[in-house]
Amino acid sequence: MSTAVAQKKGFGAFIWDYLTTVDHKKIAHLYLVAGGLFFLVGGLEALLIRIQLIKPDNDFVSAGFYNELLTMHGTTMIFLAAMPLIFAIMNAVVPLQIGARDVAFPFLNSLGFWLFLFGGLILNCGWFLGGAPDAGWTAYAPLSTVSPGHGVDFYVLGLQISGAGTLIGGINFLVTIINMRAPGMTYMRMPLFTWTALVTSTLILFAFPALTVGLFLLMFDRLFGSGFFNASMGGNSVIWEHLFWIFGHPEVYILILPAFGVFSDVLSTFSKKRLFGYTAMVFATTLIGFLGFMVWAHHMFATGLGPAANSIFAIATMAIAVPTGIKIFNWLFTLWGGTITINSAMLWALGFIPSFTIGGTTGVMLAAAAADYQYHDTYFVVAHFHYVIVGGVVFGLFAAMHYWWPKMFGKVLNETLGQITFWTFFTGFHLTFFIQHFLGLMGMPRRYWTFLPGQHLETGNLVSSIGAFLMAIGAIVFVINVIYTSVKAPKVSGDPWDGRTLEWSIPSPPPHYNFKQTPLVRGLDPLWIEKMEGRKGITPAEPLDDIHMPNPSILPFIMSLGLFIAGFGFIYQVDNLSYLWLVILGMGITLGCMLTRSVKDDLGHHIHKEDLEKEGAEQ
Amino acid sequence: MKGWMGKFRALGIFGFLMLVLSGCGKENLSALTPKGYGSKAALNLINISLGVMIFVFIVVMVIYAIVIVRFRKKKGREDYIPPQTEGNKALEVIWTVIPIILLVIIAIPTVAITFDLADESAADESLNVNVTGNQFWWHFNYEGEEIQTSQDLYIPTGEKVYLNMKTSDVLHSFWVPALSGKMDLHPENENTMYIQADEEGVYDGKCAEFCGTSHSLMDFKVIAVSPEEFDQWVEDMQNVDPEAQPETADAQEGQQLFQDNSCIGCHAIGASPAATGPNLTNFGDRTTLAGVKEHTKDNIVDWIMDPESMKPGNKMADANYDVSREEAEKIADYLLQLQPSDITPESAETNE
Ligand code: HEM
Ligand SMILES: [Cu+2]
Repeated sequence: MSTAVAQKKGFGAFIWDYLTTVDHKKIAHLYLVAGGLFFLVGGLEALLIRIQLIKPDNDFVSAGFYNELLTMHGTTMIFLAAMPLIFAIMNAVVPLQIGARDVAFPFLNSLGFWLFLFGGLILNCGWFLGGAPDAGWTAYAPLSTVSPGHGVDFYVLGLQISGAGTLIGGINFLVTIINMRAPGMTYMRMPLFTWTALVTSTLILFAFPALTVGLFLLMFDRLFGSGFFNASMGGNSVIWEHLFWIFGHPEVYILILPAFGVFSDVLSTFSKKRLFGYTAMVFATTLIGFLGFMVWAHHMFATGLGPAANSIFAIATMAIAVPTGIKIFNWLFTLWGGTITINSAMLWALGFIPSFTIGGTTGVMLAAAAADYQYHDTYFVVAHFHYVIVGGVVFGLFAAMHYWWPKMFGKVLNETLGQITFWTFFTGFHLTFFIQHFLGLMGMPRRYWTFLPGQHLETGNLVSSIGAFLMAIGAIVFVINVIYTSVKAPKVSGDPWDGRTLEWSIPSPPPHYNFKQTPLVRGLDPLWIEKMEGRKGITPAEPLDDIHMPNPSILPFIMSLGLFIAGFGFIYQVDNLSYLWLVILGMGITLGCMLTRSVKDDLGHHIHKEDLEKEGAEQ
Repeated sequence: MKGWMGKFRALGIFGFLMLVLSGCGKENLSALTPKGYGSKAALNLINISLGVMIFVFIVVMVIYAIVIVRFRKKKGREDYIPPQTEGNKALEVIWTVIPIILLVIIAIPTVAITFDLADESAADESLNVNVTGNQFWWHFNYEGEEIQTSQDLYIPTGEKVYLNMKTSDVLHSFWVPALSGKMDLHPENENTMYIQADEEGVYDGKCAEFCGTSHSLMDFKVIAVSPEEFDQWVEDMQNVDPEAQPETADAQEGQQLFQDNSCIGCHAIGASPAATGPNLTNFGDRTTLAGVKEHTKDNIVDWIMDPESMKPGNKMADANYDVSREEAEKIADYLLQLQPSDITPESAETNE
């Protein structure tokens, strides 16, 4: 639909449309494109890292540049690729799954995206302005406070701004899911993906403030001469570790839970069965979310918190494995007795199960504190978190894209290319990361620019680097697939997979207002219920009537631009106080927009009943 | 229960054997070939948890394989709609309770070993070494012994040596995988851990907390010698005369140059606690230069001429000295003859 509009209205109008849109479907496109591009950047950084480590004593990149690469790889992948891609899927799917016409706060939805994008741009500006951040994605003080140049400042300001975007996005989804469900869509009838989106949004709400606080303290230490983390001024560096991981551990569950939701929906659809143990799945999800806040210090076993604290956090961490295990078995028994179709989406889901099981089991091994004294900060940990983040989150995103692509764009991704992507990426992934478990135990710490010859680390690193290239090939084939599909593939119906949930009851891509009439939900898997009773679509909950929709607005974009400008002011006022003008200018723009938004009434617009009837006749 | 545990252990040992058989790891570096108390305890725990986890993985994979083989969509039955099972109470109880039991099996030794490795009750009667981490080198101050070394930590075998660790700049982490797990160094508080080597040897140590440009080049050595050899070493080190005159003329000139160029301003020779740069008292006995390079005269000269190219970001690169290559060679001669003790890394390697 959007491309058709673009052709009619010209390129400028097309861009304007996206700059001002508050439609969750278009915001999903924005997140998808931006997140996808950052994913490619992060991937490129990873390749450079693996080329550097292909042989011992290599000097393909310098030590300083390597540190920038590893920092930016981690930061980019977590904050600028994985998070926004998850928001892309949530935007594309959640309102449709609950039978809503948009999210609760469309304006904020747009603001969240632009804040994330401008924050991401600030982060990456370091590359062109004298050095990117180089203190690791964890930015431990005092390395991060003493790191010379402006690199870490870009990290602080970039993450602060994009973090605000994430927080806004999380709150928005929380309210959307709580308030905007169609009649009959009780909590215990929500599709698992929506459930995980709800729990993830809650985690965002409680976890991101810890990061915000940490970043503020770091910002004051670096830019305004305070000493929160500076021991010689009475500060304490361990505080940063706590603040970072109080955010950081929930963050990994923020990433994985929506992926769990994707797999639940995909596995159930393609085995033609109701999700096994739905209630247990919901409770496992919330339990994981809850326990996720009790375990942060397992990242700090080597910090020296003492055996009592270490033991408590070890046991709390192990406890998380129980609900995680429940999920694995429920997925297996969803497949059990089903009639399984294996296509690209399903391949990613099936590839996920063994991969994530390995990541989860190494997680339990890491939780054993005294053993973690050996694993910690080595390639063993690198292997663990790539097994869960790539094998879980990235596989989940691939599954989601293959599964919901037709809903988002009206076309099914090419199956052959999809399978090629899966097999190259899957093979490359295990080749890259499995061997790293051993590298770690054999004495290779993480974040090492080079390793020495003669320490038996050569083979493992070589294998790992080869695997990385396979993964890159897989990712490139996926990009080709996207282009090929958008040019060549035919349009498909609204329900290409014989779906079970509400999103498959409307056309692909859905019209601007999603549901002409709000649907009436009569149970879990509402569309499936109707199908089983021989009906074509969902029963509406209301007669056809005018639809109220929000108006587009450029303000979110300008507000974010203002913070972007102010960010540079904050960073450079250290060198020259006249940069404070940039702060004033930027903050002025942002606050001015907020004022405008507050005083100017924007009541949205109506799509009239007659027009809806006409559209219905055309279809 | 006991029987099960035995089986898990067997599995763990099996996995471990596979590693050893495939030739994984350098003996004095790998955590998989433990030579000390902490590393053996850790490997035990690793094996227990690995065994349990391999069991879990196998169970998952067996069900997974059955599912994929048996329940694929069949030709001629495309329209088949499977029963929409809601769940199964008994099954769900099973896969909640069994994992809990498995985790308890891991949790008990975890807590026991975690407390054991943090046991400081013997600290007072034991040898204590104050460890300072610096970008990008290690300093060791033997408490009450008037001995300072850098990069090489000599310890006696068979007893606990307590390390009281602090950093002078950013965080570091002290890790000698073959002897023990790691612990971080912080600027505000001292962290204490102990190491105990069960066999003589020269063990590779690494910095395991990201500390900046040359984080990957911050290696050090732990040299474990027999208690008698260690006593000898202590005596030799205590009797060092920092001003002793070298034998050769070149080395004598080197000594003078070392004073004149204010090398001595950062590098102590003898038991002076000043440690802006590594202490060089037993530099001639070292096996590596700056932790990572071969300990040859050429390398030492190259280092003096351009430390930055060997260890990017190290603080000697900013130091204010000016020597010619010839002078640097003389300094190298002087440094290489700083061999105060007969107890050297070689004594550790040639057992007895
Ligand atoms: C059974 C579940 C899990 C357990 C028991 C577990 C346990 C642990 C532990 C103990 C560590 C600290 C290791 C160390 O630094 O020494 C760790 C690191 C990590 N885990 Fe997990 N984990 C689990 C699942 C996950 C999931 C689902 C994700 C993400 C999707 C994840 C992402 C990470 C990351 C990113 C790190 C390292 C962060 C860093 O230091 O840079 N883990 N995990
Ligand atoms: Cu964690």
